Amino acid sequence: MKNSDTGSFIVNFNLNGKDVKAEISASTLLLDLIRNTFNMKGTKPGCNEGECGACTVLINDVPVNSCLYLAANINGKTVTTIEGLSCNDGSLSAVQDSLVKNGAVQCGFCTSGMALCIKALMFEYENLVNSKLTGKKPKLTENDVKKWLEGNLCRCTGYVNIIKSALELINNVERKSG
Amino acid sequence: MTDKTVIKGGVGEAIPHDSATLHVSGEAVYTDDIREPQGCLHAYVLQSSYAHARIRKIDISECYSDGVHAVITAADIPGINDVAPVFSGDPVFAEDEVFYAGQAVLAVAATTRELARKAAHKAVIEYEELPALLNVRDAIKAQSFVGETCTMQIGDSTAGIEKAAHRLQGELEIGGQDHFYLEGQIAMATPQESGDMHCWSSTQHPSEVQHLIARVLGLSDHAVTVDVRRMGGAFGGKESQASLIACIAALLASKTGSPVKLRLDRDDDMTLTGKRHPFHAAWKVGFDEQGRIEGIEIDLAANCGMSADLSNAVVDRAMFHSDNAYYLGNARITAYRCKTNMVSHTAFRGFGGPQGLLVIENIIDEIARYLGKDPLAVRKINLYDAAGALENRCTTHYGMTVEDNILPDILARLEATGEYARRIEDIRTFNDRNRILKKGIALTPVKFGISFTLKMLNQAGALIHVYKDGSIHLNHGGTEMGQGLHTKVAQVVAAEFNVDISRVKITATSTGKVPNTSATAASSGSDLNGKAAQAAARIIKERLVDFAARHFDVEKDAIRFEKEGVRIGSQLVNFAELVSHAYENRVSLSSTGYYRTPKLHWDKEAAKGRPFFYFAYGAAISEVIIDTLTGEYNILRTDILHDVGNSLNPAIDIGQIEGGFVQGTGWLTSEELYWDEKGVLKTHAPSTYKIPTSRDIPDDFRVALFDRENQENTVYRSKAVGEPPLMLSVSVFLAIKDAIAATGKGPIVLNAPATPEEVLRAITKARSAS
Ligand code: FES
Ligand code: FES
Repeated sequence: MKNSDTGSFIVNFNLNGKDVKAEISASTLLLDLIRNTFNMKGTKPGCNEGECGACTVLINDVPVNSCLYLAANINGKTVTTIEGLSCNDGSLSAVQDSLVKNGAVQCGFCTSGMALCIKALMFEYENLVNSKLTGKKPKLTENDVKKWLEGNLCRCTGYVNIIKSALELINNVERKSG
Repeated sequence: MTDKTVIKGGVGEAIPHDSATLHVSGEAVYTDDIREPQGCLHAYVLQSSYAHARIRKIDISECYSDGVHAVITAADIPGINDVAPVFSGDPVFAEDEVFYAGQAVLAVAATTRELARKAAHKAVIEYEELPALLNVRDAIKAQSFVGETCTMQIGDSTAGIEKAAHRLQGELEIGGQDHFYLEGQIAMATPQESGDMHCWSSTQHPSEVQHLIARVLGLSDHAVTVDVRRMGGAFGGKESQASLIACIAALLASKTGSPVKLRLDRDDDMTLTGKRHPFHAAWKVGFDEQGRIEGIEIDLAANCGMSADLSNAVVDRAMFHSDNAYYLGNARITAYRCKTNMVSHTAFRGFGGPQGLLVIENIIDEIARYLGKDPLAVRKINLYDAAGALENRCTTHYGMTVEDNILPDILARLEATGEYARRIEDIRTFNDRNRILKKGIALTPVKFGISFTLKMLNQAGALIHVYKDGSIHLNHGGTEMGQGLHTKVAQVVAAEFNVDISRVKITATSTGKVPNTSATAASSGSDLNGKAAQAAARIIKERLVDFAARHFDVEKDAIRFEKEGVRIGSQLVNFAELVSHAYENRVSLSSTGYYRTPKLHWDKEAAKGRPFFYFAYGAAISEVIIDTLTGEYNILRTDILHDVGNSLNPAIDIGQIEGGFVQGTGWLTSEELYWDEKGVLKTHAPSTYKIPTSRDIPDDFRVALFDRENQENTVYRSKAVGEPPLMLSVSVFLAIKDAIAATGKGPIVLNAPATPEEVLRAITKARSAS
């Protein structure tokens, strides 16, 4: 939908479980839309060039650097930001809880991106586990996890506890019964 | 099973960072996340494109359009155009000359950042290019320095070298490092009544930001308040560098009368602000058959950039750490503080210490290679004497006696747990069998001096209020950049009152609450602020005890703070209840606390004294594998044993060790800063500047704390942990060198950072003689 007077669009999408609409211009970035229009400040600008992962959000469960993503493309999609990761009652989800317990957080600036990236890994892995015909869980190694997280920079922790969290979460993934 | 008599979150408990829950839910508020006041404008800084040039003309007439509220240059500064932290020479905006490519020339405030950026680039600036000094060799030739060249010495180095059975000399090039805090520099300034200014600043040093905003605006310090709740990383990069950003925001806020936010883009941040100092070292050493040093001379040349900034202290610390763990006997350390046309290099975790330490570790390595000995054997024979063994081998080249050396124990334990001897054998076998892949190993120690080397800075203040309901408000001069300082200090306060940490509210650092603070730097945050907060808590406790003794008519020594309650004679009164009674009986429940570090003295003329309260120690073994065809490498395993005294919080301390080690590894391996022949930084974004990723850490990474209390009376006998672990990464650099040595019999010349290109160069050279 285009408003020819102002050159702005309306996009409709699902943000953290809610259907929302927003008026944007052709050059609006998803990062700015989330931070400024929806006032959700958990998504962080680290480099604005797609290299640090601090701005990671999930679009249809796939991690994306929101600093490079044109908001115009979001129409009809599902976006999950860090604010959408917590449980409905406000308590922490498994990913968040694990990061806290493992001391995987120092300055916290990379954390929302990391958490979402790990969440996406869990989605992938769950799909893999459930698509297998046999009962055996496919093996994800520490190296696989390191590779998956490679695009998310952390300057504080040395990654050790972030990787530990991710591995723990993966190991806890169960095959869906039925 | 939880002990019912022990509080939650006391000293020594491995509780998570106080903000961790907020961090993982996206609720932690950083400066950019603070709700912007109505009418908030956004700023952009226009930077010089020349390393050295005269400014002939600045024409800003084209900059203004709808929505552009102010364009300011040096001429618009009501106060003094200088944000130098110690000396002078750091203008906010260039006046008639620019001294580095990237220097701020003017700034714009507009309704959006985009508009401000566009407006700034419409300015027309005429430059007349001037010759630029871009490296230390040219600077020394031109006698261009930011500070005096100085020397620290002990014994007679010339005679020592001359008399020794063996002599070696060499050079080492050491690169700088960008901080790459994930949260870039940012400040938001809001004008207040009667010309006062408030500023939220992402800074390690709010008091300095306050003072410098006052200076550029021509105000008294009391007219400016600076607050910081948390930073998204800092690492020294927000010690002096944050002032420039905050001052520009404040100048624009003052000019427009509106709130102004300045957030730098990553590229602008990397070109505008200073980095770790690149160093060049030239050395000469004499030693005996065993490799024991008999005389040594080291010349350090630091590339300080265009101004002094903190360089004098940084270079001092490089000199102080030119011994690392070793008794030098006859030594002369000289350092040149070179002034160049580059960004002014600044504080970075270790503050010069890492460069000094790398030089001596590399020399020890050279000695061992020359003698065909295991470098660890040469290290051991040169160590300072252990505490208690007071021979003569414990005086440093700056006259301080090393009284607390625990390295012999640390090395012995690490050597065993890290299976050093067995692995040396395995590596030898592997290297004999493999032509393309080669392995290397190194064990290196760290001894790091704790205290600001400028004595004055070793003081801190805290402010504690206990409210009527028994909840506690904690404030101190330290800033939180992710290191867990606020958590540790809150643990100290909880332990003092013997209450759960949930009673203690951690609050934003504010110049309005605790004045005249030092930067949160030099690893001193918890040492200083922990003690200050403890002092404040003790004052309030004493008042409560006095009151309880009177009120309940018991002897003072019959009153004890037990878990969540106070034992008064035979009865146990709930903490909140006692507090409320005390209030009703008009007892003050608020106090400041103050601490100054004892025992420090320094004679600048003689270059002798005790600049450090104590030393923090540690050691690491790293094993690497290199691909001799590509120069690429991988860290196979790292074992660390590190000394934090009695840990205030082992989880936080181990996190600091892991993070520091990986950051140091980045400095020595992948993080290459490249300036072109015009002095323009080409690596100004993560696409070209490579900090370690999750795949760059050791495959097998084992970190342990060395369990021994600080022999000095620090807060709960803990030790500082921020900087020392960074230097454990020297083990990686020397392991790479060890692997290169397995490729040929030629000279092994490896400079830092050891990028794959550098490693390939070194391999080619090593093979040249075989
Ligand atoms: S801010 Fe998007 S990747 Fe860095
Ligand atoms: S915790 Fe600071 S960048 Fe990851």
